[in-house]
Amino acid sequence: MSSANGNLLEVKDLRTYFDTEDGVVKAVDGISFRLKRGETLGIVGESGSGKSVTNLSLIRLIPDPPGRIVGGEVVFNGQDILLLSGEEVRKIRGRRIAMIFQDPMTSLNPFLKISRQLMEMTQLHLGHTKAQAYEHAIKMLETVGIPDARTRVDNYPHEFSGGMRQRVMIAMALSCEPELLIADEPTTALDVTIQAQILELIKKLKHETGTSVILITHDLGVVAGMTDHVIVMYAGKIFEQAKTSELFARTGNPYTKGLLRSVPDPTAEQGQLYQIPGSPPDVAHLQPGCPFAPRCERAEEICRREFPPFVELTTDHHSLCHFANEVFANSPGVTSN
Amino acid sequence: MLRFIIKRLLVTIPTILVVITITWGLIRLAPGNFYSSEKKLPAAIEKNIREKYGLDKPWYQQYGRTMWSILRHLDFGTSLKYQGQSVNTIIRRSLPVSASVGILAYLLALVIGIPAGSLAALKQNSKWDYSSMAITMLGISIPNFVLGPILVLVFALSLYWLPPSRWDGILSRNIVLPVITLSAVYMAYIARLTRAGMLEVLRSDYIRTARAKGLSEKDVVVHHALRGGLMPVVSYTGPALAFLLTGTVVIEKIFALPGLGNYFIQASLNRDEPLIIGIVAFIAITLLLMNLLVDVAYAFLDPRVRYQ
Amino acid sequence: MDEKAPRKPDDHQRVEPALNLQGEPARFTKTNPDPDAIALGPEMAVAEADVRSAEQGEYVRGSSLWRDAWRRLWKNKLAVFGLVVVIVITLASIFGPLTIKATTGITPDYIPSNDVKRIKSFPPFTGVNAEFSWAHPMGTDNAGRDLLARVLQGGQISLFVGIISTLVSLIIGVSYGAIAGYLGGRVDNLLMRLVDVLYSLPYVILVIVLLSMFRSQTPRGQLVLLFIALGSVSWLTMARIVRGQVLSLKNQEFVLAARATGVSTARIIFRHLVPNTLGPVIVYATLTIPQVMLTEAFLSFLGFGVQAPLASWGSLASDGVQNIAIFPWQLIFPGVTMALTLFSLNFLGDGLRDALDPQMRTD
Repeated sequence: MSSANGNLLEVKDLRTYFDTEDGVVKAVDGISFRLKRGETLGIVGESGSGKSVTNLSLIRLIPDPPGRIVGGEVVFNGQDILLLSGEEVRKIRGRRIAMIFQDPMTSLNPFLKISRQLMEMTQLHLGHTKAQAYEHAIKMLETVGIPDARTRVDNYPHEFSGGMRQRVMIAMALSCEPELLIADEPTTALDVTIQAQILELIKKLKHETGTSVILITHDLGVVAGMTDHVIVMYAGKIFEQAKTSELFARTGNPYTKGLLRSVPDPTAEQGQLYQIPGSPPDVAHLQPGCPFAPRCERAEEICRREFPPFVELTTDHHSLCHFANEVFANSPGVTSN
Repeated sequence: MLRFIIKRLLVTIPTILVVITITWGLIRLAPGNFYSSEKKLPAAIEKNIREKYGLDKPWYQQYGRTMWSILRHLDFGTSLKYQGQSVNTIIRRSLPVSASVGILAYLLALVIGIPAGSLAALKQNSKWDYSSMAITMLGISIPNFVLGPILVLVFALSLYWLPPSRWDGILSRNIVLPVITLSAVYMAYIARLTRAGMLEVLRSDYIRTARAKGLSEKDVVVHHALRGGLMPVVSYTGPALAFLLTGTVVIEKIFALPGLGNYFIQASLNRDEPLIIGIVAFIAITLLLMNLLVDVAYAFLDPRVRYQ
Repeated sequence: MDEKAPRKPDDHQRVEPALNLQGEPARFTKTNPDPDAIALGPEMAVAEADVRSAEQGEYVRGSSLWRDAWRRLWKNKLAVFGLVVVIVITLASIFGPLTIKATTGITPDYIPSNDVKRIKSFPPFTGVNAEFSWAHPMGTDNAGRDLLARVLQGGQISLFVGIISTLVSLIIGVSYGAIAGYLGGRVDNLLMRLVDVLYSLPYVILVIVLLSMFRSQTPRGQLVLLFIALGSVSWLTMARIVRGQVLSLKNQEFVLAARATGVSTARIIFRHLVPNTLGPVIVYATLTIPQVMLTEAFLSFLGFGVQAPLASWGSLASDGVQNIAIFPWQLIFPGVTMALTLFSLNFLGDGLRDALDPQMRTD
């Protein structure tokens, strides 16, 4: 049941704004992307880039006030979620689009047993009886690799370690076999060793169930191993969008370049760790021109004056930059034939 | 959990003794005595009185005797003013009055305050929110000794709906105005606490998760948010009880109720030492026990704290 | 943000619950606010959050805080309203009686005459023969004394007692908390355990015993007694707040620098640390004043507080209740004035708290 061109999810020109004391924050300002069935899409950006807000907008979890989705389409399986009634969106949440969040410590209800939190999903969406839901909960815990699931299902969240809790969240999210799993920085709050485990788990489950995944992260390293496509966000806009392999091989945007450079390379002998100079922009008061201009090595006068075009570099590789082609051409890996 | 309770109980006992000692000390250190309020008595009569009440003995003996009978038999002695009535009897007689007014007042406060506060939190910044916050602020600012008489003026003396004072048993209409007056402040506090607690919880990550799971707003609020949101109210119960006690004193004076508070005031004015000590000790014990209960309840309700 | 404890993967260790008020891992403690906190601003819960956050050491930043805070406060209409009303009532209380005396010759004690016809209570704006009169906007009391003058004088005493007692509790609480926080270790432990024990005492009851036993001969003496008694009721929470702040501040560089240059402990505590705790202290002090005023009021109402001929709003209310059936204005005017003042103080305190730390807001 997907739209004609096999896309599970099509986002067109999504805009989500927040009304704050400081003015209107255009957290997401014209995002478009597509996700095919079974694919994994990575959304990369620094904090404040709008990646989390994009997520929450997909299932309309933006707190209103102060936020509001002002425009665009989010077409999921042929239906525009933004046009649905509250009732209908609730039916999609959890059942067909599931979400896991960054901090497993605070994302689980500390007052309720894990079993209860798992059971209510299937009882609500799949109509399970208590007994069915209970068994299903145990099964899910086993699937995500929690030992002693039968005993531990009646524990409280604080009785699990961080990595375990994230597994529980994944179990919860996948309980109803959703078509799309949105993972909002699922490993940022975890130990490095656990990070790898969780990512492996997500990968494995994805293969087993065929769920499509949107993975949000600020860590390019995570993206490299996990995703098919990547979009790079900055200041509420997409700065580059490409197949993952392509992006790492030859990037077409100075921002992405900067991000790539700042990933520490353990094999290389490096003096200083590279960091993109400056800090993320104040999205409430954006200057005209390219939002990245103040920090860009490549920036010129035109960058400060005019908003850059969204240039198509090759099929399925776009970059938002006045000098996209040039940057692209100068990337390592581009053979000059 | 058991160890915690026992430890607390062990601390309670010395605390009560300290309280009793302080009270005793205050009474003894103060100038004057209970029998010479109006006129100076002839020496012979005074000597008799002092002998009768053991006041001629050295102070440490008196202190010892008092403490001993308290510790041994929980016997606080006989009232100096209310001839022949033991302190325990007086307490037993007056306690139901104070307790019923107090408990009913707090229950009323919960029943009205919690829903009001929850609604305010859910409809944040709406007219309901603002108006209920304004009303509760009034409730906190109007002293009970102002509210009480005004209610009496309106409902008893003008409209003749309710009796203005006196006690007629728990189930009589006499209890209505005292309970409402006493309850007003707590209603206000609880509404605000609930609102604050709910607002904080509703912003938390796990509520976002609950919504992301597709739960209806009603389920989110009732099954997920209330638990955490009501915790401040549970914590508040401890200090609220202390406050209730002092509030009852005023209420009993206004409405002429024969409760513990009234007896306490009379005893203080009369320097009725055994009665003062008895009531103070009783209040202290009640407070400490209730605080313990609230701590246990809090631990019980919050699984994070429950396990050691 | 990595997980704090060094754990092996899939370790089934439990998570430490939140720190309790002593900064130790919580064991079945609920937060324990002041048992006699009567009119603690809008929400006790937020006050608890104050205490908790102050104790977990939210460092109050330097002077730009004040400018921001002032701006925020100004934007809060209710708080501004509260401030204005409080200022008006305070000024009226201070200068009112003098003005009335100067213009009409009436003092709060002035008893018009021995004329039987005049010794009764007049309703507001009524004269001797029940005609309209500007002489007594609030009416008179039983002895014929002008109620407006009495209410204003009552305001003097009530506000005076409220502020001074709060000051007393401030001095005690801040010193206690700062010392405990700075010295730390066992001293801190001991001092805070004491606070815990004191918290669970029925303070006001003991205060009533104290006041009834030690009735002072003079009204002034009674006031002093009241300051001490009331001040000793509210210092506990202040001590906790200050201790928490100091705990977080004491490892800051400026403290290390002061120590390195040989500044004495006392100076460090009082000249360096305490000024930096000003934010929460001011907020809590503003919220304490109505609380203390209420306590004084009902003590006076019961007869243990302010003595005649001095009057406070509480004692005026007490007098007024006697005649509620026939002369209701005797209770209503002092009562409503007091309620208005408390109302405004609470809004002001609320606004101050929001202004100084908007993160603690719940809306």
